[in-house]
This record gives sequence, C-alpha cells and structure tokens, in this order.
Amino acid sequence: MKKTKVNKAHYALKGKMVEFVGWDLPVQYAGINEEHNAVRTTGGIFDVSHMGEIRFKGPQALDAVQYITSNNAAKLKPGKIHYTALLTGKGCFVDDLLVYMINENEYFLVVNAANIDKDFNYMKEKSGHFNVEITNESDDYTQIAIQGPNAEKLLSQFTDTDLSAIAYYNFTYGKVNGIDHIISRTGYTGEDGFEIYFKSDEEIASGLFLELLEKGKKYGFVPTGLGARDTLRLEAGMALYGNDIDDSHTVLEANLGWILKLKKGEFLGRDILLKQKEEGVKRKLVGFEILDRGIARHGYPVYVEGKEYSIVTSGTMAPFLKKAIGMTYLPIEKCEIGSEFQIGIRNKTVTARVVETPFYKRNK
Amino acid sequence: MDLKDFKFTKEHEWVKVEGDIAVVGITDYAQKELGDVVYVELPEVGSTYEKDEACSNIESVKAVSDIYAPVSGEVTEVNEELEDNPEIVNKDPYGKGWLFKLKLEKPDELEELMSADAYDEYVQGITKE
Repeated sequence: MKKTKVNKAHYALKGKMVEFVGWDLPVQYAGINEEHNAVRTTGGIFDVSHMGEIRFKGPQALDAVQYITSNNAAKLKPGKIHYTALLTGKGCFVDDLLVYMINENEYFLVVNAANIDKDFNYMKEKSGHFNVEITNESDDYTQIAIQGPNAEKLLSQFTDTDLSAIAYYNFTYGKVNGIDHIISRTGYTGEDGFEIYFKSDEEIASGLFLELLEKGKKYGFVPTGLGARDTLRLEAGMALYGNDIDDSHTVLEANLGWILKLKKGEFLGRDILLKQKEEGVKRKLVGFEILDRGIARHGYPVYVEGKEYSIVTSGTMAPFLKKAIGMTYLPIEKCEIGSEFQIGIRNKTVTARVVETPFYKRNK
Repeated sequence: MDLKDFKFTKEHEWVKVEGDIAVVGITDYAQKELGDVVYVELPEVGSTYEKDEACSNIESVKAVSDIYAPVSGEVTEVNEELEDNPEIVNKDPYGKGWLFKLKLEKPDELEELMSADAYDEYVQGITKE
C-alpha cells in the first residue's frame, strides 16, 4: 500500500486507517460527525497527498488544456484556478479536476487519486499534436487541506504571505514554516480554506501536519479523515468522480453546465455537447432529501413512477444538516424542485424529494 | 463495566438474560468499529426470529451492518428511544443503547455464546490480524 509523507502522523494521532485506492489513509480519527461539524464551525486538517498533480508546460500548454477540458482556460490569469472536466470524446468525464494557471506557458492540474495514471496517459495521448510537455509530479507533492472558518487565522501563523489577499480559487507561491509552498484558497468541503502543496521528506510533512493541529487546537481544529471529506463534499453538493460523475454521463447531464464553455473553440466532445445543449438533456443529476425514515447509499435503486430508473449515486446522513440526503440522475421531467420519487432501501421503499443544491451553503 | 452477566456472539452482539427474556445489544468494540451511529432500524414487536437470522440493522455515517438474532425467540420490546437518538448506541452500548428484547425460545442456545473473557480473547485475535 502506498503511504503519503504524512502517514506517520496518522498513526501518531491514532487514525482509523483504511485502504483508499491503494493508499493507507485515515477514514476517521475521533469520529466522522465530530470531524465534519468541526470543519463547519471551526476547522479541520486533511492529508490529501494522494491527489495527483500533472504539469503542462510549453508554448501550446494552453491549447492542450483547452482541447481536453470543458472550461475556458483562456479566461484564467496567472494565480487563478478553475474547476473543469477532463472530457471523453462523447462529452462525458474522464475525471474532474482543478486547473492552476502558473503563466501562459504553464498549467498545473490537480486530479483525483484514483485516476492519476489513467488521466496522465489520456492527457498525453489526446495532446500528442500540441507542443507541450506533460509531467506527472504526483509523487513529489504533499498536499494538506486546512478547511473551516478559522483556516486563515491558523495558516497565517505559519507564513509571512498575506493570506487575506488570496481570493477564493486563487493561489500564490509562499513559504510555510520556511518551506516553499503553493498556497491555494480552495477546498472540497463547502467552507473557506486552503490547500497547500509542497515537496519535502516525511519528517517535515508529518511534522507540519502535527504542528498545524497543535497550534490549531485553540481555534478548534481537529484532524479530519476521508469519511468527513466525503460527507462534507456531499452536503456542499459537490460531485464525486466514480459516484456522481463518470464516463457515461455528460457534463450537461451532471448539471455542471457552468464549467462548459462551448464557444471557446474546438475541444473533445464539443459537437455532442453542443447538440445536447440545443436539444436539452433527457436526464439530470439532482439532489434529494428522504422524506421517510432511512438513509440512501450509493448503488441503491431509484424508482420513477414504479419503474427502476437509476441508482443513488451518493447518499448519506448529513452530519451538519442532520438529514438523509443524496444525489441521483432523474428523467428531466422529474427534475424540478419538489418532485418526488422512490428509493429502495434494502427490503423497503421510501419516498425522496428533489431539493436545491448545494444542500448546505456557508454564510459568507 | 462488569460484563459477567453478558454473553457474546461472533457478530459482536451481546445478550443479557432477565428471566425468560434476552436483552440484545452491540458490543463496545462493534460501536467503535461502526463509528457514529446515525440510524437504527429495529425489528417489529411480535415477530419471531431463528438464531443467527438477520432481524434489523444499524447504520453509521459510512456503513450499514446487519443485526442478527443471537438466540431464537419472539421480539417483546424494542428500544424506541434509538429512533430519535441513535447515538445512544455509541455512548452506552451495554446499557441505554440496548436494541431489542427476545422471549427465549430455546434457552440451550445461550450455551453456544461466549463469556466476556472468551469474547475479549476473540476481539484480541481480530485486532492482531
């Protein structure tokens, strides 16, 4: 099993370790509910070093990024980040990712851990005709996410960089504890926060993780694991690759039209997406709440007018909202807010209602 | 906690006999392994189960676990408080977090269950792996 450079700290903190796509990572420390609610109210520290980092460098770096992803990277400026989709030829997802613009010849792409090799090979294959060098730097970087309302307060004690000057979905280079970092105001929790990327040995990486927690104690920071990461992102209405988005649903069907820029020029799947946009999608990803007792989980059957239509793509008992929530694909005529459908939970059927997403929205 | 009156199953449930009634719950090890319990589905009063038959389930944030009848019998009472406060299972698994009561149908089955010491050893065997 692969170990992040923070691995030692997880054992020191008595994290409950599990295998996650080949990595030895903590699913929880004190408990998912407690960790989840700490991030909503004060803060949490995640080791997300399993995420992948792929660099595009060269005179046609932008052209390559534009060709394989859905969002318009030409609109980025150095220091800006956007969320986008790595596209199949049919306008579906190979992965979802963040694109960091370093300069006009260099972009830094952050991808899902499960997809690093697949994405890297796909990117090279599809960008072969561009003058760009694509390197997989995933093993070089440790990534720590500092999330929650007190994130800036805590991280500012470790750096001279003016964090208040970094807007949401922006990044800068700076030193944290004297070591070079990419400091990015991003996250996968629905809260304010930072994701910091750096290259170091295990001692420094584990040491920084523990020091963040030590100094963060007085601000209510706790170590947070994969369990809370999943419930936080779902409550915030964020899709998870492999659950809610995949290579059989298009960007439009996934209700992510805002990351699809059809007028930016030629790109993978454009014709199909353009046609789908004109004709309208036949199904769409929606958020739901369960009205009866019960919790829907990934894979449970979804019934529309008595017929099995799809599956629950994500589902949980939301720890902050204290409601059973989830996401699924529904036929377009059943997607309006308030529309009801059924979910099979083992031996019974419960009623669920389409609700607005995100389920949870922070006060800004 | 003195568990000498408790009997245990390999499925990490406990049984405490009070007359001809078996009170059933999950062990401290089970609640820790499950993590935060967010939903308990209890069997219906009056239904009967054979030993080892799945009769209800407990959900934590991440997982669903079946609960098996540790002995055969008819459900006489369920802990309705868990419907609104499932976290009691985490807080007091051997006390207020009991799940349901069965009227013992075959008291001999109790002899197949483990004592507290035997269960301790069983758990140690699992955690060593």
